[in-house]
Amino acid sequence: MTDSTETHDPPHALERVVIRFAGDSGDGMQLVGDRFTDASAVFGNDLATLPNYPAEIRAPAGTIAGVSSFQVHIADYDIVTPGDVPNLLVAMNPAALKANIGDLVPGAAIIANSDAFETRNLEKAGYESNPLEDGSLDEFRLSPVPMTSLTIEATKESGAKPRDAARSKNFFALGLISWMYSRPVEPIIAWIDERFGKSQIVHDANLAAFKAGFHFGETTELFGHAYEVHPAQLPPGRYRNISGNVAVAYGLIAAGRQAKLPVLYASYPITPASDILHELSKHKNFGVRTVQAEDEIAAIGVAIGGAFAGHLAVTATSGPGVDLKAEALGLAVSLELPLVLIDVQRGGPSTGLPTKTEQADLLLAMYGRHGEAPLPIVAAISPSDCFDAAFEGARLALEYRTPVIVLTDGYLANGSEPWRFPDVDVLPDISVPFTTEANHLGADGTLEFWPYLRDEQTLARPWAIPGTPGLMHRIGGIEKQDGTGNVNYEPENHERMTHLRAEKIARIAADIPPAVVDDPDGDARLLVVGWGSTHGAIQAGARRIRARAMSVATLQLTHLNPFPANLGEVLGRYAKVLVPEMNLGQLSRLLRAEFLVDAQRLNKVQGLPFRAAEIEAKMLELIDG
Amino acid sequence: MADEVTLTRKDFASDQEVRWCPGCGDYSVLTALQLLMPELGVRPENQVFVSGIGCSSRFPYYMNTYGIHSIHGRAPAVATGIAVARPDLDVWVITGDGDALSIGGNHFIHALRRNVNLTILLFNNQIYGLTKGQYSPTSEVGKVTKSSPFGSLDHPFNPVSLALAAEATFVARTHDMDRKHMQAVFRRAYEHRGAAFVEIYQNCNVFNDGAFEEITGKDKRADMLIELHHGEPIRFGAERELGVRVNRYGEAEIVPVAEVGESALLVHDEHRYDPTVAFALSRLAEHPVSPTPVGIFRSVERPTYDGEVQAQLAAAQDRRSPGDLRALIESGSVWEVV
Repeated sequence: MTDSTETHDPPHALERVVIRFAGDSGDGMQLVGDRFTDASAVFGNDLATLPNYPAEIRAPAGTIAGVSSFQVHIADYDIVTPGDVPNLLVAMNPAALKANIGDLVPGAAIIANSDAFETRNLEKAGYESNPLEDGSLDEFRLSPVPMTSLTIEATKESGAKPRDAARSKNFFALGLISWMYSRPVEPIIAWIDERFGKSQIVHDANLAAFKAGFHFGETTELFGHAYEVHPAQLPPGRYRNISGNVAVAYGLIAAGRQAKLPVLYASYPITPASDILHELSKHKNFGVRTVQAEDEIAAIGVAIGGAFAGHLAVTATSGPGVDLKAEALGLAVSLELPLVLIDVQRGGPSTGLPTKTEQADLLLAMYGRHGEAPLPIVAAISPSDCFDAAFEGARLALEYRTPVIVLTDGYLANGSEPWRFPDVDVLPDISVPFTTEANHLGADGTLEFWPYLRDEQTLARPWAIPGTPGLMHRIGGIEKQDGTGNVNYEPENHERMTHLRAEKIARIAADIPPAVVDDPDGDARLLVVGWGSTHGAIQAGARRIRARAMSVATLQLTHLNPFPANLGEVLGRYAKVLVPEMNLGQLSRLLRAEFLVDAQRLNKVQGLPFRAAEIEAKMLELIDG
Repeated sequence: MADEVTLTRKDFASDQEVRWCPGCGDYSVLTALQLLMPELGVRPENQVFVSGIGCSSRFPYYMNTYGIHSIHGRAPAVATGIAVARPDLDVWVITGDGDALSIGGNHFIHALRRNVNLTILLFNNQIYGLTKGQYSPTSEVGKVTKSSPFGSLDHPFNPVSLALAAEATFVARTHDMDRKHMQAVFRRAYEHRGAAFVEIYQNCNVFNDGAFEEITGKDKRADMLIELHHGEPIRFGAERELGVRVNRYGEAEIVPVAEVGESALLVHDEHRYDPTVAFALSRLAEHPVSPTPVGIFRSVERPTYDGEVQAQLAAAQDRRSPGDLRALIESGSVWEVV
């Protein structure tokens, strides 16, 4: 058939588009967003995503509190943030419209499920009149679509009851948007087949709804043309889409393989870290042991036991769990055993914003234990970088026999991006040998084992695991004598041990990459220093500055304790230093304290990542000022 | 062969000076276990002792084995990690009434219900010794201590009842005045597959001296300790004139054998899977000042947590072959950019 090409405009090419799906938390918006993202990735777009959902599993239906959304930014060039403002909002009910309308700029498109805009829902959302009809949305390109009734009609054949059939309306929306943006339908259909294959009625209903949405876009006169986002020009290589939490899990499995150790992962369910447990518990064929502990303290206790017994021991949590684990982390510092703690940061204090992102645990990671209890801190800068951060955390833990904190956050954990994954054959070997021989000649001429006799270079102590004949030893949280490890309360010994523990961590600076500044123009006077998930927004902001023919240098730190050895020198090269953070200035405080540099702040604590425009504005202010 | 060299107590004693107060009941427990170890035929390098905080938690330092003196209350969690990682090891938990039942209560009950292969020895002296004499979760109501000058208001736990309620598969009680009894109970606990819990009545001669004197004193034992023997009617007393029967409410009660006849007595069955009768026995003495059962209350088989973890790993590897990292990373939709 050729008439369709004659009667429809060819797809309109866009270089980038930001789409936000918003609905009630029971409407399946996260699922629709995930599928759209996956199809876009297969198509070869670069992308970044931002899920946003309420902490309550089921907030009252139809209310603003119950609105769940998923934003995806797709483009034909490499992108680094989920986008600032949506070009298209899909609103499944009045509350979803109300909660998101403020983020739209005039000219943006809105597709609204008009069936849901009836009196009760309008009242629940606080509308006095129907915004789809009262002209209040005139500045937007509004398309009301009766998605619920069309879905019920389309799914009649499936045998689903009307009430159940209506639940497939998210697939109708997915079909519609897939048509608008020329997404390939095959991956989505294949996914529906796989996911719902066991339930014929649900499968048929969802598939029918998806197709109906797709065809609705194609046949209705509602849309003059489709949008097409061309594949992005990413560096050559093989790619897949990956979220931060899955990347952490893969990074840990890779670390276990490269360390030649089984992974023992113990954690207690907590948002937004639980997906790491879910992912790892699937991979028992890699020898990964997962323990869902009775509480946060038990989780790290199990990990400490696993480390003593010779496993790659890991626990993960979010801020409230880090608080609870503090005493046990101090024990691990004292025992000098390898342990990785992953903190998927969320808004705090206390329960705070469980499903929203924040970077306010840096000083907790740095100082959140009694006594002098230093440990290395690594931070992931993007969803796929969570793989590298977890791997690096394991490497440092094993090499230096120390607990390591790996910081990610809710945005990285649930966000996703294309990942040019590594060739597993070139991953470095991070294995450390267990000690199997006595290491000290006693005064009486017999060979002894001293558990705290350190490696001269790394200051790491020997790792002799139970079952090794002749090396029986006891370790504990009480201060121990340098060398022998025996309980010791002498003043000079405690001071020596305190310095040794600090020095061991400080020496890691020589074993991590130097700070590398991105300054393409070479004449920037402003250096923007970020850490963790601000990477994308800072890059996007800097790109905008450079597009204005101005210069800015950027540096994203992945190692926060110790800092890269050259950091002080790097900071000193710039007239101004700006530190954007999703907290009230924790890294800037550390930089000021460590390097006496006037690190200026840009802070945001809204539970949402920075927008490129916010970074850009602050950069402009400092460049002009 | 080295393995066949007979080990002695010395092989299980570390070179560290034992620092408990002179006269502490902990010494007799340490001696009992160090003497028992060679008889169990175990190697020191395969034994791991994990403790929390408290006087008894210094125990691992005195054993020439592997050991961790961890933090307050958390020993069962640390021990669980060791057991899950290494089923080839024997893992012992040394704890006290404050450590296991107060700050560590959560880990204690969960280790028991999971049935992790651990041997848990709880030194119950009904007092906080290391912090110099506050009432503990097993102290009697009304106890006058430094932190309760007008008498403690806290109702105590009965550790055996608690362990049974927490689904423990092996529950026993012994006391520090009888080495042979301790060793017999420790041996059975060691041999049990799964979480084995032993409450040890232990005298703190500094802060709670004589807490168990009423029942463990040499001249009191015959009348006050009810020794449980599997398959035998439960009888005690100098002339074995008293016995235990279960009344129509399911409660255990003490009766004169002459009045009820031996056939009316409860025949102890430690392998009875239902813990109801064992629980009833644990309630016989509300406090250790009246006739109190000692010995093995319950010993039943249930799959161990660590064993099941290994079984799942093995099954996954059988079903899907050992993990292939490349295949894992490349799972899902992969595309190529050229």
